[in-house]
Amino acid sequence: MGWRYLKTMLNVALPKGRLGEKVYAMFEKAGFECPAIKENNRKLIFENEEVGVRYFWVKPSDVAIYVERGAADIGVAGKDILLEYAPDVYELLDLDIGKCRMAVAAKRGFRDDKQKTLRVATKFGKIASNYYNSIGRDIDIIHLNGSIEIAPILNLSDVIVDIVETGTTLKENNLEVIETIVPISARLIANKSSFKFKNELIEKIINDITSQTEAKK
Amino acid sequence: MNISDSTLKYDEKVIFKLRSIYEKYGFARFKMSKFEEYDLYVKNKDFLISDSVITFTDTNGKLMALKPDVTLSIIKNSKEFGEGLQKVYYDENVYRVSNGTHSFKELMQVGLECIGDIDDYCVCEVLKLAADSLRSISEKAVLDVSHLGIVASIIDDMDISNQCRIDVMKCIGQKNIHEMNNILSLAEVDAQKIELLANVVSLYGKPSIVLPKLEKLLKNNELVAELKNITEAVDDDILCIDFSVVNDINYYSGIVFKGFVEGVPEGVLSGGRYDRLMKKMHSKKGAIGFAVYLDVLERIMDVSRNYDIDTVLLYSANKSLKQIKNAVEELNKNGDRVLALKSVPKKLRYKKLAELTENGVEILENNA
Repeated sequence: MGWRYLKTMLNVALPKGRLGEKVYAMFEKAGFECPAIKENNRKLIFENEEVGVRYFWVKPSDVAIYVERGAADIGVAGKDILLEYAPDVYELLDLDIGKCRMAVAAKRGFRDDKQKTLRVATKFGKIASNYYNSIGRDIDIIHLNGSIEIAPILNLSDVIVDIVETGTTLKENNLEVIETIVPISARLIANKSSFKFKNELIEKIINDITSQTEAKK
Repeated sequence: MNISDSTLKYDEKVIFKLRSIYEKYGFARFKMSKFEEYDLYVKNKDFLISDSVITFTDTNGKLMALKPDVTLSIIKNSKEFGEGLQKVYYDENVYRVSNGTHSFKELMQVGLECIGDIDDYCVCEVLKLAADSLRSISEKAVLDVSHLGIVASIIDDMDISNQCRIDVMKCIGQKNIHEMNNILSLAEVDAQKIELLANVVSLYGKPSIVLPKLEKLLKNNELVAELKNITEAVDDDILCIDFSVVNDINYYSGIVFKGFVEGVPEGVLSGGRYDRLMKKMHSKKGAIGFAVYLDVLERIMDVSRNYDIDTVLLYSANKSLKQIKNAVEELNKNGDRVLALKSVPKKLRYKKLAELTENGVEILENNA
């Protein structure tokens, strides 16, 4: 059973957290409700057989992997993740939520000495190296998994490349944005094969959510 | 020789099916060496799916490579084909870095190439064979077809930088219309032209539905007429028009296509018209072809094989060799796979467990 059964439903990977809840609300409005998801428990998979949809919560940075490998037909991932991992998926919609930007930040009053290699601390190695490549700057990437903000303070790096939402964390750590690399928002992505075989369902979601985002504007 | 269906693995069955399809249309098998001079790949690096190649130095000091691709080898040899049209097919192993593991893998690839004087019939036949290939893999298949010339002609009209063009093509490949619009607006392209491109590349579906819309957007367009003419002649309901099929525009031109089957998350077939690659390789001939990637088919292999073996036959040392041999042969007769052992194996799923006793073969366990 299992395998075939799985295929008849539309599998949706949602990023755990506040963004995922917002996204679910959009899907619910589009007619793909799944009341069980609102129960407060530790389950990760929820389905509504009647409307033919199954949601699962995954780590936000993993959504693209689930979709690329076909475990999820569609999902919602931040543009930062899509730029960093460059998964082979369709990027169908800009959901216009979860907005922030990828930026370069440094200690307040930082002066960039162009004669030195710039030390960049980041979680987003690919985005950082692509950006500095594009402006022809030689850099040294320092991969960190969290608390990036302290790297310049401890002189581990000259600058950081990270997501900036409100800038509060930066301010509290005496840092400031010196350059915006790219604006970020949540995107609806789809597996390339699923897009063909579950096209009607996916198109319906796209149309419905497009009219929702347009109504908001 | 009689080969039972269960002996052949799923991919082996597919290979035989594909070969018989191609032979039916007069394609000749093309056999080539495992090695190729590394030089061939350096010159056409972007054409390869992954640019890592396994290299070694031959006894005469030449740098050689284990072929990562078949098409380039066929084109190289096509100089000896002479005039007219050559139709060849191949099933070969290629060596390249696989997506998931980031290490070299030996991958089985079956495909065909037409080289020479390509006309519309030839394109039509190759598309039909691509559709038949997909169907022989799975009943549920889709062949996405695009015409690179249509997209290119709209973009040519925009007068944008080369980098911008690359970014736009990438967006089209990802069906990422919002980003494409942003890029083109930033490049100060006329809003009407952006809208036209967005409308064209957003089209997706069966030719009978998409083509009339396309004709309305691009009136009296030769390339649209060509696409229509060919897809109508192929007349296969797994065909879909999808402009997100964007093979590298440096090598491909004209009709390009990509095949998907249900249950496999990535494309299983890819191909198109690659006249530009021929030109780069100093050939005046045209060419079209496709490859089927058999390594990704593992996902949909027969699920029916639930047992490692049909029957395990237990025997003890006091049985004569002849008795054991006859018992195995007897069980073999109905096509069962029989494994004769002295004790019950661990970690082996068998359908039946039998023992050779004084009274002949006795079934001890039947899990079927």
